[in-house]
Amino acid sequence: MSPTPTAEPTARRGAHAVTLETVRRTFATPAGTRTVLHGLEVELRAGEIVALVGPSGCGKSTLLRQVSGLDTPDAGRILLDGTPVTGVDRRTAVAFQEPRLLPWRSLTGNVALGLPRGTPKDAGRERVAELLRLVGLEESAGLRPRQVSGGMAQRASLARALARNPGVLLLDEPFGALDALTRLRMQDLLLDVHAAEPTTVLLVTHDVEEALYLADRVLLLRNLARCPEGTPSVARVIDVPGTRPRDRADHQLAELRAELLEGLGVATHHVAPGDPDAHHSI
Amino acid sequence: MSDAPTGAPVLVTVPGTPGTGPVTDASGHPHRALNPHDRGPARAASSGFWSRRTTRVVGGALLPALLLAAWHHVTTAGLVAPYQLPSPASVWAAAVDLQQRGELGTHVAISVQRVVIGFAVGALVALVVAALVGLSRAGDVLLAPTLAALRAVPSLAWVPLLILWMKIGEDSKVTLIAIGAFFPVYTTVAAALRHVDPHLVEAGRAFGLRGAGLFRSVQLPAVLPSVMSGLRLGLAQAWLFLVAAELIASSMGLGFLLTDSQNNGRVDRILLAIVLLAVIGKLTDSVLAVAEKQLLRRFA
Repeated sequence: MSPTPTAEPTARRGAHAVTLETVRRTFATPAGTRTVLHGLEVELRAGEIVALVGPSGCGKSTLLRQVSGLDTPDAGRILLDGTPVTGVDRRTAVAFQEPRLLPWRSLTGNVALGLPRGTPKDAGRERVAELLRLVGLEESAGLRPRQVSGGMAQRASLARALARNPGVLLLDEPFGALDALTRLRMQDLLLDVHAAEPTTVLLVTHDVEEALYLADRVLLLRNLARCPEGTPSVARVIDVPGTRPRDRADHQLAELRAELLEGLGVATHHVAPGDPDAHHSI
Repeated sequence: MSDAPTGAPVLVTVPGTPGTGPVTDASGHPHRALNPHDRGPARAASSGFWSRRTTRVVGGALLPALLLAAWHHVTTAGLVAPYQLPSPASVWAAAVDLQQRGELGTHVAISVQRVVIGFAVGALVALVVAALVGLSRAGDVLLAPTLAALRAVPSLAWVPLLILWMKIGEDSKVTLIAIGAFFPVYTTVAAALRHVDPHLVEAGRAFGLRGAGLFRSVQLPAVLPSVMSGLRLGLAQAWLFLVAAELIASSMGLGFLLTDSQNNGRVDRILLAIVLLAVIGKLTDSVLAVAEKQLLRRFA
């Protein structure tokens, strides 16, 4: 991935590699300290899409917040292309589970909130219009968030994150609250956006299908509350085979899906094809 | 994955999700009533008779008109003695009489001036203090308890001290009114700032907003409706405190007109002062109501 040779004022910086070194995060609770993340060693390659899955309370969103700089780890550090994240980092952008749009601004105004500080007015306006086109909202640019559907609001939220020209795009269950069909469309939209705007994507999701459809790699996290002291957060790293766009009905993915669901502690009633029990010989 | 070539327009265009786009009219504007997610003005427009402008004006004047008619009836029919309740006509005559002596305008003007200055000072200080208390933990811890205690002090309790410190003049009266206007504004705005949706504030922070920028873009617009209702409450309280200030030590103003008339047994002038306070109070509130409506249209 080469940096874009461009004279645009809102020049794209290109994707960043993300390194997490022995990251640890604990929270004080009335019942004592609770370790949510521990011994996290992760390396995201520039431009790759990584999905974070794990049971509730395993620290997926917390991990995302560490990378965004909205929260800081108690130990370890996070590097973007080798430089540490201190505070909210202008190289990252977040799209939350809820769109979190400002209700008194139009979609255009909300997307403009994502523009880097000091973007010239004209260039900013052009960039916002371009992003609204990218997410298919050019017709609705002047509407307020309460006038649009959940899917449209979520697309505006994605456009706002992209307006920051992030080297790392952090998505916290961005499609979790959408209906099934809208979610599938949004997943394809995300892939289109990823192809158009080079960025590393870290995606928190509850949906194993979504993780396997979108990601190059899937990180399975553990809920440390149910593990002995000192267990690292990452339970497994799974390389997803094939290139995008993937066949949603891919047989190989079905295997991985079963594996991941087992890892999440869900009974899959799946029988592996290599298993002799699967063949009813006569 | 390839980078965007220089100057290239959009690379991908994803059409709007079918069935979720807004219903628009011929010129492309969203059709308010037909969009299920639009909770905007469509509702007000569709509820018919009671939201019409003429209905509101006429309906609002109905009760005062009835009261005036009843007042006229009981006084002219001799049901109450004139020294207890003079007729509307004699109150009007008292107004004309005062006007001809050139006193009515002075009373009204000085009272309005005191309220406007006192309210402006009190509300402005309240907004600043509310921002300190509502936005910073330290401000909340250090200031909120003291302010809550001061709020509990009845308005009249300040009068002896203010007169002692500032003498009987405009300063002491305006200060008392400012104290009166301060608390409703402070209480409403500080509470509203404390309860701004933390999700929105975090989203603002995630996009690099901090301090004044965060306040301007997220917190201030979020609390504007509360600021306006706080200001209206503060203005109403400013009028209350005006009368308190003028009842005690003054030679002009509507509160003075009340005490002076009481001493001279001029019940017609007492009623005149009361009617004037009601009318002017309502008018000043209407000014703020118009501003509030404009703001709500923009920010709600």
